[in-house]
Amino acid sequence: MESFADSAWEHFPHQADIGIRGYGPTPQQAFEQAALALCAVITDPERVKPRECVALACEAPDRELLLVDWLNALIYEMATRRMLFSHFEVELDDGRLRAQAWGEALDPDRHRPRVEPKGATYTGLRMERLDDGRWLAQCVVDV
Amino acid sequence: MDLSRLEKLDDECWRIPARGAMRVPGVLYASEMLLRDMDDKVAEQVMNVATLPGIVRASYAMPDAHWGYGFPIGGVAAFDPDQDGVVSAGGVGFDISCGVRTLTTGLRREDLADAAPALAESLFLRIPAGLGSTGRLRLRAREMDAMLSGGARWAVEQGYGEHGDLERIEERGCMAGADPDAVSERARTRQRDEMGTLGSGNHYLEVQEVVDVYDSRIADIFGVRGGDIVVSIHCGSRGLGHQIGTEYLKRMVVEAPRHGIRLPDRELACAPLNSSLGKAYLGAMRAAINCALANRQILTHLARQAFHDVLPGAELRLLYDVSHNTCKAEMHRVDGVERRLYVHRKGATRAFGPGHPDLPEVFRNVGQPVLIGGSMGTCSYILAGSADSESRAFASACHGAGRAMSRHQAARRWNGREVVDELARRGVLIRAGSSRGVAEEAPGAYKDVSEVVEVAQRAGLAVRVARLQPLICIKG
Repeated sequence: MESFADSAWEHFPHQADIGIRGYGPTPQQAFEQAALALCAVITDPERVKPRECVALACEAPDRELLLVDWLNALIYEMATRRMLFSHFEVELDDGRLRAQAWGEALDPDRHRPRVEPKGATYTGLRMERLDDGRWLAQCVVDV
Repeated sequence: MDLSRLEKLDDECWRIPARGAMRVPGVLYASEMLLRDMDDKVAEQVMNVATLPGIVRASYAMPDAHWGYGFPIGGVAAFDPDQDGVVSAGGVGFDISCGVRTLTTGLRREDLADAAPALAESLFLRIPAGLGSTGRLRLRAREMDAMLSGGARWAVEQGYGEHGDLERIEERGCMAGADPDAVSERARTRQRDEMGTLGSGNHYLEVQEVVDVYDSRIADIFGVRGGDIVVSIHCGSRGLGHQIGTEYLKRMVVEAPRHGIRLPDRELACAPLNSSLGKAYLGAMRAAINCALANRQILTHLARQAFHDVLPGAELRLLYDVSHNTCKAEMHRVDGVERRLYVHRKGATRAFGPGHPDLPEVFRNVGQPVLIGGSMGTCSYILAGSADSESRAFASACHGAGRAMSRHQAARRWNGREVVDELARRGVLIRAGSSRGVAEEAPGAYKDVSEVVEVAQRAGLAVRVARLQPLICIKG
């Protein structure tokens, strides 16, 4: 698990696809960590320089759906801008998300991307507070 | 999988009796060995699908079934619109109309002896593969609409391939009922640079040798002999299909309560076939089927060019093109009555048997070709739809080997470079954009496709015709 204080991300196994998990002291930080886990499906986030910033916004009827929307918005931006991301700043407000994602143009030689995420799914979807007080944001990503 | 809750009907057919909210039983076609290796989640997902409104006869799992999202991969389920039946975006999957097409080349193994490395380079150069790769074709809004309505027929009109190809594609290359207006701007934007690209993950283009022929009568009609060289392409509707799946899945989750649908799992999100959302999804999904058919048609054209550069005598003719992530309206006989049903096949191939009226004349007496993809280094199979497949699972069969191991486990066990070198020693040339991708797709990460195919034959889902061994594999 990649960890910084109470914030961390990890992958969990799923037979055909990949599970992603973000932990944080707040829901916002759990969302940011889940986004890092998503990017780590493609490449090591350490290899991605935060040169450019993209602003995103989405909304959904509940936090779980909002998590899937957030991840799918990132997949869309990565696919259409041919970019990878490595740093995120998320604001959550009553079912709305506004975020900044920092990254750079995809460079296959340097980033060595391994697989293309097709979409975040509702399988294994959890967005909840754990007994230790941290927030967990997780789902399975179709690759 | 824990077999204690299954009833064994015969060696290849197991039943989960309907209980609780299940409206129909679950039926799994598998050997005891394949079942023991299957995740318990497969049975759980088969049972969840059985609870959906309007499901007819049973919720089925094919021999290659594995844990998917909502529906299992290798899941088949048919719904009746007159009984409040539903369509499910998760029952089709994100990669709408992902499928396999196989082409004969007129070449024999010996023709490839010296040319294989040059051919591998030529294919790798011509076929855009891997994350971030872009096609040469950019579609303007009106052209995008024409592609979404016309499928492979549109691609042929644009000069990609030959008119004769269309007869050998399901739906004759053009899915009727596509509604480009139901496809969002975002889905179109995601496809903008991706026409004629292979993608990544388990998608590939392979040059293969026919190494075994099991049914020479059908093989003759399909145009394959032992020692022949063929080409197989496995890919789907690219970003457009992924975005349509993403958007409609959410709309179906959000609107389910309005339609009185209680979902045991949000991933089973669905809408009544007769609702406006259900109809919009069907229109968008059919447009994505056309996108996949056009995409495979363009890739076929690129493969023809690559062969022409190295082996000008080769003549690439389409054997057949099948899709294995779809929902299609079809006529099926249930308890002696013909009914129009919407059959979801997610990681399952249509397998119309002999005499089916939708088949082109050439296949009418033997059933449709059912193309089973392997993973790089493992073999692929050509099967034919059997007379029994209609009664077994609404004329459906398996689609591939199915993963035995997660990507994560595979990447920990194998190194991409070593996999490429090992396969080269076994006579398989790999040209791939991603070394880690190769490790995740290592042959050992997949189930034994031969066992899957044998069980499919014994279960009466399809007839084994030929086995293909890869010689060159282009991957993302």
